[in-house]
Amino acid sequence: MRIGVITFPGSLDDVDAARAVRLAGGEPVALWHADHDLKDVDAVVLPGGFSYGDYLRAGAIAARAPLMQDVVDRAKRGMPVLGICNGFQVLCEAGLLPGALTRNSHLHFRNRDQVLVVERADTSWTADYATGQRIVIPVKNGEGRYVAADPDLDRIEGEGRVVVRYAGGNPNGSSRDIAGVTSEDGRVVGLMPHPEHAVEDLTGPGTDGLGFFTSILKAVVGA
Amino acid sequence: MPRVIVDVVLKPEISDPQGQAVLGALGRLGHDSVRSVRQGKHFVLEVDGTPDEAELRQIAETLLANPVIEDVELHLPTD
Repeated sequence: MRIGVITFPGSLDDVDAARAVRLAGGEPVALWHADHDLKDVDAVVLPGGFSYGDYLRAGAIAARAPLMQDVVDRAKRGMPVLGICNGFQVLCEAGLLPGALTRNSHLHFRNRDQVLVVERADTSWTADYATGQRIVIPVKNGEGRYVAADPDLDRIEGEGRVVVRYAGGNPNGSSRDIAGVTSEDGRVVGLMPHPEHAVEDLTGPGTDGLGFFTSILKAVVGA
Repeated sequence: MPRVIVDVVLKPEISDPQGQAVLGALGRLGHDSVRSVRQGKHFVLEVDGTPDEAELRQIAETLLANPVIEDVELHLPTD
């Protein structure tokens, strides 16, 4: 099972994401933003970091990178994509996910272990969780506040597009405590917290994040 | 060379914590007459030939601004 991890200039968590794929039992494939080559991967992870230094808007320039055109085309035909933190920002900027991420309401960078409630356990990336399950994974962002106009938020909620929601305190002022959303087909998922940082007891708050990477292996096998 | 100005600011319904921080600083400096501050971005584009309004509007609305959360104003040369 080949899971691509795209590196943009300024990506930070591409190595951790690849490691999480490997620990889950998949084969990570390094992809470079400037190539037009998805190397026959079955799914793609957009990692955290500060692509292009967050210039213009976080994720805005990366969303227009050459390889992202291929990702958008393939995602629209059903290829699963997971965007973590900066990767979530890229997916919103690329129009694959609704809403936008902007400056935290308190203007501080917030870094802590965060409780999330899984609301959708039927997406390509969350099938190994149970609906309503509480998980703890790190959150670390300065521009992680999920926003959209109220009618759009109502539609996102009404369509059941919220995958994970913050519990035990909202770290960044996100509208309606939304931490992650999915596409209509449940194959594209973006979230601000970092599941790839919670895949080993030694280096994270636990292994609650591993489920994102084991879920996709089953989803791709089943497809 | 013609200069085109593009101003981008968060939509009124999206809260602007940076603008609020500036407003707080103004209050501490005694500028009590300022009621609100909205912070945005100001782009200056130099373009070849006569500016193509449709193309510039597309640039402004698809790259310079994120229409999900931002409003954009395009100012073409008036001469």
